[in-house]
Amino acid sequence: MCDTCGCGPEGEAVLRRPGEGSGHNHEHHHHAEGGGHQHLHGENGDGHAHHEVHHHAHEGRAGRKIGMEQDVLRENNLLAERNRGYFEAKHMLVLNFLSSPGSGKTSLLEKTIPALRDVVPVAVIEGDQQTTNDADRIGALGVPVIQVNTGTGCHLDALMINRAVKELEPADNSLLCIENVGNLVCPAMFDLGEALKVVVISVTEGDDKPLKYPYMFHEADVCILNKTDLLPYVEFSAETCRENAMRVGHDIEWFEVSVKTGDGLDQWLDWLKTRLERR
Amino acid sequence: MSVALSIVDAVEEKARLEGAGRISEIELVVGRMAGIQPESLKFCFPAAARGTLAEDAVLLIEEREALGSCADCGSTFPVSFYLVECPRCRSLGVRVVSGDEFLIQSITIEEE
Ligand SMILES: Nc1nc2c(ncn2[C@@H]2O[C@H](COP(=O)(O)OP(=O)(O)OP(=O)(O)O)[C@@H](O)[C@H]2O)c(=O)[nH]1
Ligand SMILES: [Mg+2]
Ligand SMILES: [Zn+2]
Repeated sequence: MCDTCGCGPEGEAVLRRPGEGSGHNHEHHHHAEGGGHQHLHGENGDGHAHHEVHHHAHEGRAGRKIGMEQDVLRENNLLAERNRGYFEAKHMLVLNFLSSPGSGKTSLLEKTIPALRDVVPVAVIEGDQQTTNDADRIGALGVPVIQVNTGTGCHLDALMINRAVKELEPADNSLLCIENVGNLVCPAMFDLGEALKVVVISVTEGDDKPLKYPYMFHEADVCILNKTDLLPYVEFSAETCRENAMRVGHDIEWFEVSVKTGDGLDQWLDWLKTRLERR
Repeated sequence: MSVALSIVDAVEEKARLEGAGRISEIELVVGRMAGIQPESLKFCFPAAARGTLAEDAVLLIEEREALGSCADCGSTFPVSFYLVECPRCRSLGVRVVSGDEFLIQSITIEEE
């Protein structure tokens, strides 16, 4: 098991519509039997590059050393770029929402979607390890939604999005919101093809969070500080948090909101509407 | 963890193509701005590699310094997530020029 995020090796992502009991469409993820990995052989024309081969003595044994020089995330990055091209061609704006568990991603979507749906068609992909709870909440708003259950996997990847989008068939000129699995480590590394990464952090989490997860905040385009209604009850400085976030992600758009009281949501919604116009 | 699994997938695929019986060593290159903690990767790796050709592989991780370049005075210097000021002219206009690489450099395979 992973010490940082708790995800395990036996994973299998399942796509579901809200309320659907068992998933259709299994994706054998990672170490499924028969080596059914999520590689896209041939499709990308990624021929196996030639490599130098020479002998290498290791602890007295003669193994054969093979050069690879391969980007660990290559498969994911290639597919993410294909997703991005599809989204661009359809004039979609795609947001990837990231946070620790429970910071308020779904709650934020529940307030954001009703405010925008008259302006633009909205669709949602919900990532979670188990359950369709979040997809049910979004489905109740009456917008198209697909749940991706990652099993023990701790993040969404570009292949899951590629498959979910084929099911979802989002409209041209639409806004697609992707809620990633609650985790600040692995999801930051996996490009999905989104236009913007939106990190949600809540005031119950500690204002040094951006320094503890610098990569996530370095990658973020937007940071939303949520649950500001609780500021009187917790030891948390919004200003310190903002400064810490700016130290690692210099051009982050910063918003402070309470999804519960609605405080600050207008600034976020106005910014998003402007961003939608120049997509 | 997912990253460890990506590594195992990639090296297994390569090793199979080469007709390997097992993988004895994996060399990785991790830049300091790649967002990877070498210690947690080492911690995760055995679980990710269990039951695969890479089960007994030694993981060698070469860490590479990240370099920034100053847009104002042109000097080049090491940077981290937190240190983005040019040490020479104090400018904040620093571009990261290297150090976000995350590569599988090589594998060593045994035929048996
Ligand atoms: N006090 C307060 N509570 C909030 C606010 N926003 C969300 N919550 C509560 O925080 C809890 C988690 O909210 P969710 O929206 O489910 O969080 P999430 O990020 O989607 O959680 P996961 O999908 O499990 O990672 C719920 O009980 C919400 O009611 C807020 O602005 N103030
Ligand atoms: Mg949620
Ligand atoms: Zn300078």
